[in-house]
Amino acid sequence: MIIRIGIGSCGIAAGALPVWEAVQEEIADRGMSVELEQTGCIGMCHHEPLLDVIYEDGRSYTFGHVTPEMAREIVQAENPASLEKYLVSSPEKRNSFLDKQLRVALRNCGIIDPESIEDYIKEGGYQALEKIIKENDPEGLIEEIKISGLRGRGGAGFPTWFKWNATRQEKNPDKYVVCNADEGDPGAFMDRSVLEGDPHSLLEGMAIAGYAIGAHTGIIYARAEYPLAVKRAEIAIQQARQKNYLGKNIMGSDFSFDIVIKQGAGAFVCGEETALIASLEGERGMPRLKPPFPSQRGYWQKPTNINNVETFANVPWIIKEGGKAFAAMGTEDSKGTKVFALAGKIKYGGLVEVPMGISLREIIFDVGGGIKDDKQFKAVQLGGPSGGCIPASLMDTPVDYKSINETGAIMGSGGMIVMDETTCMVDLARYFLNFTQKESCGKCVQCRIGTKRMLEILERICRGEGQEGDIELLETLGHQIIDGSLCGLGQSAPNPVLTTIRYFREEYEAHIYDRKCPAHQCKELIKYRIDPDLCKSCGLCAKKCPVDCISGEKKQPYIIDDSKCIKCGSCLEACPTKWSAVVVE
Amino acid sequence: MNCICKAETQMEKQFAQADVDLHLIDELLAQYSKETGNLITVLQKAQDIYGYLPLSVLQYIADEMGVKRTQVYGVATFYTQFRLTAMGKYIILLCEGTACHVNGSERIATALEEELKVNMGETTEDGLFTLSDAACLGCCSLAPVMMINGQAYGPLTPDKACSIIREIYAHEKLLEEGGVTA
Ligand SMILES: Cc1cc2nc3c(=O)[nH]c(=O)nc-3n(C[C@H](O)[C@H](O)[C@H](O)COP(=O)(O)O)c2cc1C
Ligand code: FES
Repeated sequence: MIIRIGIGSCGIAAGALPVWEAVQEEIADRGMSVELEQTGCIGMCHHEPLLDVIYEDGRSYTFGHVTPEMAREIVQAENPASLEKYLVSSPEKRNSFLDKQLRVALRNCGIIDPESIEDYIKEGGYQALEKIIKENDPEGLIEEIKISGLRGRGGAGFPTWFKWNATRQEKNPDKYVVCNADEGDPGAFMDRSVLEGDPHSLLEGMAIAGYAIGAHTGIIYARAEYPLAVKRAEIAIQQARQKNYLGKNIMGSDFSFDIVIKQGAGAFVCGEETALIASLEGERGMPRLKPPFPSQRGYWQKPTNINNVETFANVPWIIKEGGKAFAAMGTEDSKGTKVFALAGKIKYGGLVEVPMGISLREIIFDVGGGIKDDKQFKAVQLGGPSGGCIPASLMDTPVDYKSINETGAIMGSGGMIVMDETTCMVDLARYFLNFTQKESCGKCVQCRIGTKRMLEILERICRGEGQEGDIELLETLGHQIIDGSLCGLGQSAPNPVLTTIRYFREEYEAHIYDRKCPAHQCKELIKYRIDPDLCKSCGLCAKKCPVDCISGEKKQPYIIDDSKCIKCGSCLEACPTKWSAVVVE
Repeated sequence: MNCICKAETQMEKQFAQADVDLHLIDELLAQYSKETGNLITVLQKAQDIYGYLPLSVLQYIADEMGVKRTQVYGVATFYTQFRLTAMGKYIILLCEGTACHVNGSERIATALEEELKVNMGETTEDGLFTLSDAACLGCCSLAPVMMINGQAYGPLTPDKACSIIREIYAHEKLLEEGGVTA
């Protein structure tokens, strides 16, 4: 029997380490012959910590929300599969979360031990690298990527083969392969999961790219906040060097390639490729004008090919299974699969990989189980601060580059935030603008000052001080910023505002003209009140109030002191639903 | 190398000056200072040693690496990871990621600011807590989330967040009175 525990950042946050220790102790105490393994994130973050029991015949049972006590019970059980109350997935009842998924980039995540190169090799790892070295045909390799139709997963969706080919054509023999693992979207963690759950697939992908373009050095630019991902990637690099999948004369050939990791220091704009290069060189991360493109002049002015983590993770699969197999998935212009980080007001949040062309509805309802607490679904935000909101009415939009762009949003790197009726769209636009305004590097005037002005207008609207003409002003400013900015940050910063205006204009108008926030989110526009007729004087609300602004006595209705109230909504949550005496207005 | 335009004196007001042992980073500099491209790495490792980047350390790094002080200041102020003032004993990272935002992180922020009597980014007077925000801590399904010295807490309510702080505070009080040992 094998026991496997998910030890990714999400698992650890949910308490996987004490579970691991409990199982370890229990096995040792009882002298059991059980193999204990760690793995990365399978994507079912909503059920973390997760524990799998795998029998000799391959049957696998997954337990969710495991506590150390539960883990002991599972280990002690004669037949763990019978502990149905803890089960989230079993061969008899497969979890629907996994059913519609198709795993290519995440093929090993949550299955193998990310710190074991043997596990990766057992799953067919490094065979693709071996194959291309044997075939010795870099151009044919690029052709294979072209057939697959793979497009960059970092956001823009640029054809991968084209970039590889352009870098290959450059005469300068010193070339670099850079992996963009900066993952700046504040609400997305696809790249982190690959690094934490299957780092070797990234290394293999980078080595293959190196072979295709004729580079000998690879650099992973990892986000500062990803300590575990960096640690696992470092271990993987060491192991690959030992087995000569990296280093000098790989597998006895004359191809040499090695990889180093550099950590970013927390700047969203460093996800932009020219800023990333500046940061790698130890400078402030300021983008520069393109051309010259990084493929012509990149890191230290040398030809550099930059791809996203997920892009690279797809590559070994394509080489092994063939470009045609990859192109068989997805739609005409968008081949293969895409990973999304599903979060927000969703029932089952986590990491999902689906074939391109599937509809948003299928992802949100069939995979994600619909909206939390069965509230009304309102919109979904794709592409983070550079992306846009797609309203519920367009839920049948297929997920492919073209259709998503037509809605005004972008595919982005994979952040997918689901929102319900209680999300205020003006507030959401303000949230993203606040983010981009802070992260603007300051080089372009339109982006530096324009986003600040837009933010001020949005703040004013949220405060209930909106003026006639504000919506039009936001639109004008938005288009000016798009036109006047050098890099993708400024060019996309107004998207969240423009799309929410496009689909939820009436919500803006309600803020401005009626001084009302229909979603009851904007603090200055709402008031909490206790209905004296409904109040049963239980005092629960007063107990929960973090600023002690609710007073009352037995048999007397409680009262909220408006002057002290921070509008946190704790009283509303505390009041038992059968009474519902606290009202927002 | 001294600055001739007096702007440095102006700058110094923004940075914390502190007497620290500069030689703690000598080994680090010996390893990395040859290549100016390593500046960010050096600053990161120096921050690991001191907990933040005092002005004297920035100047020392500039001089030892042979890069202009302005460049070191420029890099140190550009990236959010670099801290120019000392931090509290407990660093509270409140997630401001999108998932946490739509699940009400702002209410948590208000409650914490109220409880600790500081604004986001500040440290309490007793040097115990620093309240800071972060983008996506990677546990969106626990949203809203905060992390205190590496330990994640979620899903939070304003009330729950405050009681976690009060617990830590009570624990610290006990320590101070010598009631229990750490
Ligand atoms: C403001 C901004 C932020 C970006 N952030 C990221 C990021 O976090 N990760 C990423 O892979 N690409 C990011 N990109 C896209 C990169 O510039 C680049 O297009 C990408 O890394 C290319 O890889 P791909 O072709 O594999 O997608 C960002 C672009 C901009 C303008
Ligand atoms: S958005 Fe808060 S943990 Fe991801």
